[in-house]
Amino acid sequence: MPRNEAHALGEQPAFSAALLDPDLPPPDGVIGPHGKAATKRFAVYRNNVTVSLINALADIFPVVAKLVGQDFFRDMARYFITRHPPRSALLFEYGHEFPEFLKDFEPVAKLPYLPDVARLERAWLDAFHAADAEPLMPETLGAMPQERLGDLVFTPHPGARIVQSDFAAVSIFSASREDRPLKGIQPLAAEDGLITRPFDTVQVRQLPAGAASFFEALTNGHTLGAAAALTLDSHPGFDLPSAISALLEAGIFTACHLENASSELPE
Amino acid sequence: MNRSAPSIPSAGDSRFPNAPLPPRAGAGLKADHIDAILADDYRIGFLEVHAENYMGDGGPAHRALAAIRAEFPLSVHGVGLSIGSQSGIDPDHLDRLARVVERYQPGMVSEHLAWSSHDAGYYNDLLPLPYNRQTLDRVVSHIVQVQDRLKRPILLENPSTYVAFEQSTMSETDFIREIARRAGCGLLLDVNNIFVSATNHGWKPMQYLRDFPLELVEEIHLAGHAEDTDDEGDMLLIDAHDRPVADAVWKLYEIVISQAGPLPTLVEWDNDVPDWPVLRREAMLADTILKRLGPASMLGSRHAAE
Repeated sequence: MPRNEAHALGEQPAFSAALLDPDLPPPDGVIGPHGKAATKRFAVYRNNVTVSLINALADIFPVVAKLVGQDFFRDMARYFITRHPPRSALLFEYGHEFPEFLKDFEPVAKLPYLPDVARLERAWLDAFHAADAEPLMPETLGAMPQERLGDLVFTPHPGARIVQSDFAAVSIFSASREDRPLKGIQPLAAEDGLITRPFDTVQVRQLPAGAASFFEALTNGHTLGAAAALTLDSHPGFDLPSAISALLEAGIFTACHLENASSELPE
Repeated sequence: MNRSAPSIPSAGDSRFPNAPLPPRAGAGLKADHIDAILADDYRIGFLEVHAENYMGDGGPAHRALAAIRAEFPLSVHGVGLSIGSQSGIDPDHLDRLARVVERYQPGMVSEHLAWSSHDAGYYNDLLPLPYNRQTLDRVVSHIVQVQDRLKRPILLENPSTYVAFEQSTMSETDFIREIARRAGCGLLLDVNNIFVSATNHGWKPMQYLRDFPLELVEEIHLAGHAEDTDDEGDMLLIDAHDRPVADAVWKLYEIVISQAGPLPTLVEWDNDVPDWPVLRREAMLADTILKRLGPASMLGSRHAAE
């Protein structure tokens, strides 16, 4: 059946519109037994939709909810879902627009780190559901010809994400998720976060200066040599050896190969 | 057609052994219960999952479900396919369901007589349909599409509803019987939904049961409901899945089993989920009824013959 069959005639467009707009009356034709009114009855659906989507956002963004308070969060989420209803039946994919929404949502303007905290929470769930892959093993890297390390190209792990923030988003995220006090965190100190899931557990860590640019360059397909050069340009104090140990420890990549290895192999 | 769930043809390379649902109690699987279920001396008859929760690419949820599937029969219950949707079945979502079914080779696959998506929006609720020729044709064609893609029959579940439609021209039982006949699907009878809908619409649950094609039922659902009132102050029941099964629903279930014979029976508890022993107690109650009434049932012989 064509996906747009009988739109104008059917009952679902009006039903859908009234679900997310409490100012609309129940749709035409919706009734209780013996033709009686169905205002409260229709409100059951409205409530199911709204509450379940608010709950979904509260599950995905628990730190944001904690930072703004549960009641405020639920009111804010109620507003968000009318503007950004889910497009997919996979609720664990909901809320990708939430960080941008927070950036423009005036009532939380005094918490400038909130959008980046939300990005970390969204990335956490992406990592949780990402495809399984074995992280790159130190032995694999060790077996590469040492004189050609600069030509190595890395395959990103499906669970790896980088979130760069102008604020202390990583410290705030970690303290809140681990139920530690936020006292002492300087919110205006810029932090870069790395999210990985090398095996079953999602890990979030703060990266030293330059490492985020370095990993992003590798993720985008630059060779180790080119990524290091780019990073040293922008971050002269960048510590390459410790970034490579962190790369192995966190499981950002699954494999590596020499950039022009295939062209050197005889057919 | 043969209504029992066919095993997926394989040349012995199947990841899991074929495991049809037994005519026993099962439970809706919750992540917090997995360790307790695997360690429990009481062996639950089967477990059921919402398909959508396992549509991610990987991660610990899949590892946990694989561990459950290795030990227990599994039922995959979709909540997001939107079989009644006017804007059609989302082919990407159907592909995702097919992937879950291929991955876990469940004993049963089921979905709802409802819709939850319209155009690009997903409402995360099981929304009602008018019952008439137009919606019947739509639902039948969607079930055929789903069964063609999955290469197996599915079960369709009767809904709990809070409103009716002026556009309806058929009873719910006639509508469901006609769907099953034309689409060749089986039926999942949710006994709590009968009680909820009958109360909400002023039907008699016994009349509904008399009209329902019990011979096509391959699985039962039981759950708890909440009480509210409508605009006139009349009782309005909410399919809340947040508490034990009500006594009236257990009584109705006893009648279903005494008529239809022993059937796989799922206890659902999706909100305010208790510790495993509380859910297990509900499952054991269903097991007791199945053991007591199943063998003497009127339709019981059809299962004995299978």
